[in-house]
Amino acid sequence: MFRYFSLAFKNSLRNRRRSALTISSIAVSLCLLGILIAMYHALFYGEETPGQAIRLVVRHRVSLTQALPFAYEAKIRRVPGVKEITVWNWYGGTYKDARDQRNFFARFGVEPKPFLTERTQLSMPEDQRRAWVTDRTGCLVSRDLANKLNFKVGDRINLIGDIYPGELDLKVVGIFEDPDATNSLFFNWEYLRNTLPLGRRDLIGTFAVLADSPQDVPHIAKAIDDMFANSAYPTKTESEGQFALSFVSFLGNVKLFLMAICAAVTFTILLVSGNTMAMSVRERIAEVGVLKTLGFNNDTILGIIIGEAVSIALIGGVIGLVFASLLTLLVRNFAGNVMPQLRHLTINPTTALIALGIALLIGVVSSFIPAWNAARTNILDSLRYAG
Amino acid sequence: MAIPLSYNFRNLVVRKTTTVMTAAGIAMTVAVLLAVLGLVSGLQSAFASTGDPLHVLVMRKGGNAELTSLLTQQQFQIVKNFPGIAAGHDGQPLASLEVVTVTNLPNADNPNGMNITIRGLSTRGVEMRHLKLIAGRWFQPGQREIVVGKATAKRYPKAQLGQQLRFGKGLWTVVGIMDSGGGAVDSEIFGDGAQVASDFNRPDTYSSALLQATDEVTAAALRKSLEGDRRLNVTVMSEKEYYAAQMISAQPVKFLGIFVCIIMAIGSCFAAMNTMYAAVARRAKEVGTLRILGFTRGSITLSFLIESLLLSLLGGLLACLITLPLNGVTTGMGNFLTFSETSFNFRVGPEVMAIGLVFSLILGALGGFLPARHAAKKEILTALRDV
Repeated sequence: MFRYFSLAFKNSLRNRRRSALTISSIAVSLCLLGILIAMYHALFYGEETPGQAIRLVVRHRVSLTQALPFAYEAKIRRVPGVKEITVWNWYGGTYKDARDQRNFFARFGVEPKPFLTERTQLSMPEDQRRAWVTDRTGCLVSRDLANKLNFKVGDRINLIGDIYPGELDLKVVGIFEDPDATNSLFFNWEYLRNTLPLGRRDLIGTFAVLADSPQDVPHIAKAIDDMFANSAYPTKTESEGQFALSFVSFLGNVKLFLMAICAAVTFTILLVSGNTMAMSVRERIAEVGVLKTLGFNNDTILGIIIGEAVSIALIGGVIGLVFASLLTLLVRNFAGNVMPQLRHLTINPTTALIALGIALLIGVVSSFIPAWNAARTNILDSLRYAG
Repeated sequence: MAIPLSYNFRNLVVRKTTTVMTAAGIAMTVAVLLAVLGLVSGLQSAFASTGDPLHVLVMRKGGNAELTSLLTQQQFQIVKNFPGIAAGHDGQPLASLEVVTVTNLPNADNPNGMNITIRGLSTRGVEMRHLKLIAGRWFQPGQREIVVGKATAKRYPKAQLGQQLRFGKGLWTVVGIMDSGGGAVDSEIFGDGAQVASDFNRPDTYSSALLQATDEVTAAALRKSLEGDRRLNVTVMSEKEYYAAQMISAQPVKFLGIFVCIIMAIGSCFAAMNTMYAAVARRAKEVGTLRILGFTRGSITLSFLIESLLLSLLGGLLACLITLPLNGVTTGMGNFLTFSETSFNFRVGPEVMAIGLVFSLILGALGGFLPARHAAKKEILTALRDV
């Protein structure tokens, strides 16, 4: 079988312009397909980071916009398997001018000490950790945010409330790095709480819970939700990864959208590649006759033609994937802000294998009919064929 | 002198397999573009058809979403007596104090539930919006009764006439289905303002106020005077502006879609080029003959270019046909300003189709240019000698 590979390969070099165009066309499409598959993978089969796998988010069952009583914290703390819990309250607000998208970042009110315990992957100098726990008006910003808006330790940040009345005057006491918390600012919930009217002081948006181990996560979630199921404030508890995914479904039916485009792209490559193969085979029918006269049988001829198409498709696939890995860097920067799951988008081995598998399949499917026809034509007819 | 168009038509017909396959490849690319534009245009028309130019929306200072806005009864008493507000048939000002929140309903696309806006308002607010009831009746003040938008009723099996939904402090009965003519209100749920406010523990702090000005000039003046009033401290927008701003939710899909289209277009260009090169190669003799007959190089270039344009136009038309059934498909997209979902129909209308056809012609021109020049450049003698 492999002896004929060089013949198939040489054939593909005969009409260089055509092969080059076909390879480019397949490469471009597979580059796109690679990125889309990688996106799908990152969104729906993305690995949780060790931190995300061990943390849970508790929110009101009906909607994120409805609050939970602060008293839940003490009750949740007693659930077996819960190591730590903190208030995790979205502040919203405006920084400078909200019309400039650059000024948008997440702002959360948390309890400083439990926060540090829960962020198992957070790194920050020791003195900044101390300042964060002791300074009530202090806040932490993530490294990427600090770089983006040029925040330094000691800077003042003023936030104007929207969900909450009034303003927050914060001082940057630390700049941290944490793979699960980018583009975000954390401040002391206590500081905001004291400025609120009495009725709102004890209402919390969400709680973040740290489990003893990833195995504890499912039963903690069930225990918490069961405990409050019949109260005035029923809860919904999910792992941090699932919670993040619920925002993706917000953008519409992303799953269907990606699948539909993948299907369209695959079908397009199939057409392009099939067309090229049909053209090359048609030009070579007389040659097939010669090969047959020399004693090549139908199966071998079928194999040689399919082999040619497969090598073209695979070359295109490999080139496409190389481009795809470069393009993911670009996609990360743009899409990462909308969907945090895409921040670490890469063409991983699984994605590459799926894409190359599709290339292989396209090679076979696209060449099968022309190859079959060529192999079936009898010697005399094919020798007489003028193209 | 130009070569007659029928020459190109006949050539396309003679090589029908290649023609159809290439056109189908272009069609897929254009179809993706049409689908994305149809999605965006559908959402746009949902928002554009919402909002009366005479309506102005009053929110908390700096507010850009009703959901996070706060407006007290006290503020409303001041607002509704401002000059410039039209009077209803009972002589009272056309002003409605509304409370906006969200609830969560599951459907087939989102088994975990999607957020739906609940708007608590008075009968005055309903009257101002000129809504049609397509089933049932309006809600009664002081009752836990709701009227759901027709898109919500269509997409959420739980939001049906006679069904009960649980939110706030109890069960709410669906007593009617309303139709705003394709606007964003079709994705909302309306209930009695006082009842919704008390269920969500905010009897005094509602969300926003909707006012109707006597005419458009007054509307602008009303905005100015409200925003300038120190007692109020509010932001005022026209209702149209408010809904137009929500188009921002379509940005991620638009970005992804256009990114995909551009890459697919490059691939299709290569494919079209391939087909046209093959066409040129097969007709080398014909080109020579045409030159002998006195057709100039220019008219030969033009002829092949036209053939390529015809090919891509066929693709474009095919794409319009493929995406036509999308019209009438209802889908939903979440929005981080209202934190809830807006349902809308795809709209592959004449403008969108025109963009698709132009796009396909550009593909054809780019793909056909080099092969056409290649054909014209050949020397007559070599062309005639070509096999």
